[in-house]
Amino acid sequence: MTPVSRKLYTDDVSLLVVLIDTNPYFWSTNNSGLPYSKFLSHLVAFLNSILLLNQLNQVVGIATGVNSCGYIYDSSLAPPNKRAETLLQKLEEFVIKDEELSAEDSVDGIKSSLLSGSLSMALCYIQRVLRSGSLHPQPRILCLHGSPDGPGQYVAVMNSIFSAQRSMLPIDSCVIGAQHSAFLQQASHITGGIYSKPQQLDGLFQYLSTLFATDLHSRSFIQLHKSVGVDFRASCFCHKSTIDMGYICSVCLSIFCKPHKKCSTCGSTFGQPQATVSPTNLKRKAPDS
Amino acid sequence: MFQHNNNGGGHQYNTNTTNQQQSQAEEEEEDNDVEGLEAWERAYADERSWESLQEDESGLLRPIDNKTIQHAQYRRRLRTYSSSARIQKGLIRFLYIVIDLSRAAGEMDFRPSRMFVVAKQVEAFIREFFDQNPLSQIGLITIKDGVAQCLTDLGGSPESHINALMGKLGCSGDASLQNALDLVHEYLNQIPSYGHREALILYSALSTCDPGDIMDSIQKCKKAKIRCSIIGLSAEIFICKHICQETGGSYSVALDEAHLKELVLEHAPPPPAIAEFAISNLIKMGFPQRAGEGVLSICSCHKEAKFGGGYTCPRCKARVCELPTECRICGLTLVSSPHLARSYHHLFPITPFDDVPPSLLKNSQLLPKSCFGCQQSLLGPANLPGPSVACPKCKQYFCLDCDIYIHESLHNCPGCESFKQSKLDRGTE
Repeated sequence: MTPVSRKLYTDDVSLLVVLIDTNPYFWSTNNSGLPYSKFLSHLVAFLNSILLLNQLNQVVGIATGVNSCGYIYDSSLAPPNKRAETLLQKLEEFVIKDEELSAEDSVDGIKSSLLSGSLSMALCYIQRVLRSGSLHPQPRILCLHGSPDGPGQYVAVMNSIFSAQRSMLPIDSCVIGAQHSAFLQQASHITGGIYSKPQQLDGLFQYLSTLFATDLHSRSFIQLHKSVGVDFRASCFCHKSTIDMGYICSVCLSIFCKPHKKCSTCGSTFGQPQATVSPTNLKRKAPDS
Repeated sequence: MFQHNNNGGGHQYNTNTTNQQQSQAEEEEEDNDVEGLEAWERAYADERSWESLQEDESGLLRPIDNKTIQHAQYRRRLRTYSSSARIQKGLIRFLYIVIDLSRAAGEMDFRPSRMFVVAKQVEAFIREFFDQNPLSQIGLITIKDGVAQCLTDLGGSPESHINALMGKLGCSGDASLQNALDLVHEYLNQIPSYGHREALILYSALSTCDPGDIMDSIQKCKKAKIRCSIIGLSAEIFICKHICQETGGSYSVALDEAHLKELVLEHAPPPPAIAEFAISNLIKMGFPQRAGEGVLSICSCHKEAKFGGGYTCPRCKARVCELPTECRICGLTLVSSPHLARSYHHLFPITPFDDVPPSLLKNSQLLPKSCFGCQQSLLGPANLPGPSVACPKCKQYFCLDCDIYIHESLHNCPGCESFKQSKLDRGTE
């Protein structure tokens, strides 16, 4: 980026970091009528349309695999006469490498993609752009995700979400899988992004271009669909199951689904579990406030 | 030209500033000195933006490369921090902020007055506090005309505290530490035993005007395990130091506005938990789901029909408007899982990265060309490898900027997170 082009940055120049789910377990069992090749053609068309909207727009692609994550596309490094198609070759190399890694490591039941890894990488990349000076494109993250959430990534994904919130980066999410993703619902809710789960996947390009192509400034003028609610349930530390009522260690705030004698995270021993936080004591003065 | 070095690192502030008032008086006399700059000048004097530029070979102005120095300072901080990282922290805190609004708070040595500066810092502190301690509660107490008054009860909403404080700014009369301690004690004595009881006193006055023996009040606080910390705005006072020593708090005196801000914000991260101060316990909590937009329901807190938003108590299905709170119907503590997750990085701190040894740096073929996190080139000038760090677990290389970002804000190692193998390693620990 030369100093001259920096002057041209206005509030409608976007930096879009796309996280692409390449989980083969998901794509091979996906019965929603959107094969992987179709998905890629929608995606490439969408990325090209972003690049055409403004000549200073920048697109970065990060592949979210099952065993690894990697950068597969950066429009600022791509040759000028080629657009997002160059992504496909890198993507193929990535998928092959990702598969090799899984061969070494015998496949256990976990079939979730490493969302936490690609989110962390995207955030690092955006921080670099934010550091580059006061004039930079407006960054945002778009997760194209299909595979189910991995409960083991909960803490890491939440850390990424809070870091994005602190830097005021919206995380948009487009779920192409069968179920809603609680991680991405929370991510978009907390960071002020858009969460969407398209009904008709053959029209994916239209969903992408109408919801996610507009820059952040224009977004405020668009009438978006209403959210269907957010799943704020937590997953317990002992069985990794999702619960809506549980016991919290008062020292470290670890979540357990059943009362324990000792906290497995911080090692503190508990007295009698309190059924409620005695409302008589604590909130004696609350009702009139 | 400027002796006042304000950019980072070196803490030459000494907390033992008995003769500070005197020196402040001197500074006011020499109005041409650094401290006596106009407000607009001070902005430049603090930033010293011209010093961060240097000319490169083609004569263009470029930011100076003092990154490595800053980074070394940061690493030192990180190492001291991580050595203490496994200490239990008091994450559920009940804190009263006591603000001195006696005559002394009207002094103009801080501009526009001590009172306004304190209020501004308290506002910033309250926001930061709730960001770092989402399940904790704050209350505000003011001292004025020799009596202490409760401005707001313990609560978890930053806005209500800030609004109450901003509406009540005005100073008069004497300050009484004893009355403040008694009031804090009265309120904090009734909170549940797992909570950490704390008081943070922002004290402007140089004296305390008490109705009885303050030593009794200090002993009462000590007995009730209330940790009292004091930040003075004028000079060090023996009784303040005594209170802090007895109750296990910290005492410091602010030199100027920037120093005050630093001192106040030091109290935002959760303090190390002291075993006998709070008894660990399991607390039953509910995680309500957020209802969809456009659903009409009556909330139990305001007793009004509301459109959309709102959370449903998992036990009794009552609707509440905001989290964290307590269900008005069944008394269950309601939180959302993000509230809990905000403090998890205290539980699972990531290991500090190692510096890449110079012997490896010479052998540039072995090193990756770009940072794993942000893809920035790791090569310095003349294509020699620049300074970089490596994660001891996943063996990925990162640039210095990413190192700082990862440890201070992200709390995830992108390398460890993006390789399943290393994830498994972490899980077995």
